[in-house]
Amino acid sequence: MDLTTDILDSIVTTNAGPSSEQQSSDSKKSKSKAKSKEKFDKAMYLNWFETMFRIRKFEEKTLEAYGNQKIRGFCHVYIGQEAIAAGMLSALRTDDAVVTAYRQHGIALSRGMSSKECMAELYGKATGCVKGKGGSMHFFSAEHRFFGGNGIVGAQIPIGTGIAFAEKYRGTDKLCVTMFGDGAARQGALYEAYNMAMTWKLPVLYIVENNGYAMGTSVERTSNVVDMYKIGSSFDMPSEAVNGMDPQSVHEAIARAAEHIRAGKGPYFLEIKTYRYKGHSVSDPGNYRSKEEVKAYMEIDPVKVIEKRIIEQKIASETEIEELKDKIKLEMDEAVAFAESSPLPDASWLYTDNYVQEDYPYMKD
Amino acid sequence: MARILKLRDALKEAMIEEMRRDASVFLMGEEVAQYDGAYKVSKGMLEEFGPMRVIDTPIAELGFAGIGVGAAMNGLRPIVEFMTWNFAVLAFDQIVNNAAKTLSQSAGQFNCPIVFRGPSGSAGQLAQQHSQTFESWLGNCPGLKVVSIVDPADAKGLLKSAIRDNDPVCFMESEIAYAWEGEVPDGEYTTPIGVAAVRREGTDVTIVSYNKMMRVALQAADDLAKEGISAEVIDLRTIRPLDYHTLVKSVKKTNRMVVVDESWPMFGVSSEIAYEIQKYAFDYLDAPVLRVNSADTSLGYSSVYVNEYLPNPEKVVKAVKSVMYVKA
Ligand SMILES: Cc1ncc(C[n+]2csc(CCOP(=O)(O)OP(=O)(O)O)c2C)c(N)n1
Ligand SMILES: [Mg+2]
Repeated sequence: MDLTTDILDSIVTTNAGPSSEQQSSDSKKSKSKAKSKEKFDKAMYLNWFETMFRIRKFEEKTLEAYGNQKIRGFCHVYIGQEAIAAGMLSALRTDDAVVTAYRQHGIALSRGMSSKECMAELYGKATGCVKGKGGSMHFFSAEHRFFGGNGIVGAQIPIGTGIAFAEKYRGTDKLCVTMFGDGAARQGALYEAYNMAMTWKLPVLYIVENNGYAMGTSVERTSNVVDMYKIGSSFDMPSEAVNGMDPQSVHEAIARAAEHIRAGKGPYFLEIKTYRYKGHSVSDPGNYRSKEEVKAYMEIDPVKVIEKRIIEQKIASETEIEELKDKIKLEMDEAVAFAESSPLPDASWLYTDNYVQEDYPYMKD
Repeated sequence: MARILKLRDALKEAMIEEMRRDASVFLMGEEVAQYDGAYKVSKGMLEEFGPMRVIDTPIAELGFAGIGVGAAMNGLRPIVEFMTWNFAVLAFDQIVNNAAKTLSQSAGQFNCPIVFRGPSGSAGQLAQQHSQTFESWLGNCPGLKVVSIVDPADAKGLLKSAIRDNDPVCFMESEIAYAWEGEVPDGEYTTPIGVAAVRREGTDVTIVSYNKMMRVALQAADDLAKEGISAEVIDLRTIRPLDYHTLVKSVKKTNRMVVVDESWPMFGVSSEIAYEIQKYAFDYLDAPVLRVNSADTSLGYSSVYVNEYLPNPEKVVKAVKSVMYVKA
């Protein structure tokens, strides 16, 4: 398909090394492809596949449960963007921090949060990762250094910068990945945060998940600058564009960025090019995109691409893949069963977690 | 003659009529043009008025609110839509520090005829950041006018007044109520800012409310009627300036008042009303003014939290019985 080839071209050729004056070059492209073949072992490939397949199946269950009105409110699924979560997981340390927006189920799962606690959260149950207080948009896990799903577009850009500030302040070598959408990148908060992060050389990795749209608004309609990685250049921030439909490209880019950041050289910015197959939220039919465009991206579905690569390059057998799939499907059935059978929160919990002070005098009349 | 219109369509009619009437009026906000509005309030307007007057913005509330303020200072009449008022918090600098203060700072040389509009309040299980009301926040600020509506006829008449107003107006709607219907008069009319409406006459108690809580107030009045209690129900419609004359007049008749206000209890619309009533109707009160607010907390996602948090008819009935010294 022509459109698919175009898309592949546009997202793959930009995946080169760090540079603020980014350019596409065929030699770079083939070089990175060639060397990457040998670099990763079976465990890595299976890890990517498992992470992506887990997210995909989790989101499918989410949509099903939403259809049955078990899940309510705003609900944004990650289907299509799984390669970012997978490549990020393998390239980071578990003690690195991550903060993102409301399209966060996949990131939360990849950070190690359980399908059970996440599904129970979507169901608004007491056993959810935040006791039914956050729902789809607000998962958090201190244990997994997941600083949350943020509902206000762009707010997490300075917040992630501050999380990184705290690491530098304490003198650790941990970094904070600060993720946001292409729409969020147009918020003024980005400018202020980038400027301070660069000036103070904070250990922050900014990732814009460029899925082409902010609700119904395409990237082209929001700015004169559509190559989003270029935003970094006005701060002299090292920036690159990355193929987000392939966990391997994501892994390589994040590993490169993390090395730079841990060396104390300050922030790094990745524009990861991806696509969301579903509407913006469950209630959006997505009529602003052509069927051809969606279909073209389906051809490079990251979950299928990686499965195909594993089989074709004989990294693992079909049986192994099938076993992995069965394991994940079982995990999802158990997550749903857990969510279904869990108790609702206690109404009195409305008055917990508003203040750390336990005897705070609420105005109750 | 009147027609039955949904709230969203009444609002749209107001904008369309004013844009036809005055070429300086334009609409700007996220998804207002090609997507027809996140809640379809501006459906079809791009087609009629074109992209110079129905403008999709990036997600940049502070920026486009400020562009609206500048345009208003320079002779245009912007309608700035916030997808919800929760996101307008990013634009408070422009609303509070600029729109509200331009006239004062310039000693009357520059005014700021702008309408900031969008839905305020909870809308189901949307959790902490997407469930807040802003009437109390903005009602606190001199220089602004604040309107909060639910009735489609009022919405149309008041939005037209807001667009024609020479001062900045914050106009609060409701995601949930966009689909609610009501009678809307045919033909040209406006509804004045700053005048409350008595929706139901009664003799025993005055229930004051606004925006979608009007349904709660009216339902409570129905329930009370079954028990022989006659409630007068007033729709504030405008938060600032506050029409306390209508409230005082009512309480002089009923001698009791309950305020049903979705905003948080402290320092808000309900506190202000209680103050005005004790000041101007002290001798007429047979009981303290009570209020039914949202809980003094952030709102969690689960339905359990939502039910506990929001005012509902039972809570209002209980408050009314309390001011009437009737056993619940
Ligand atoms: C400050 C603010 N403005 C508007 C919204 C409403 N809104 C929620 S998501 C969204 C689109 C964001 O798009 P993008 O950043 O590209 O992320 P994506 O949904 O594609 O993951 C908008 C406008 C919001 N939540 N916060
Ligand atoms: Mg996007």
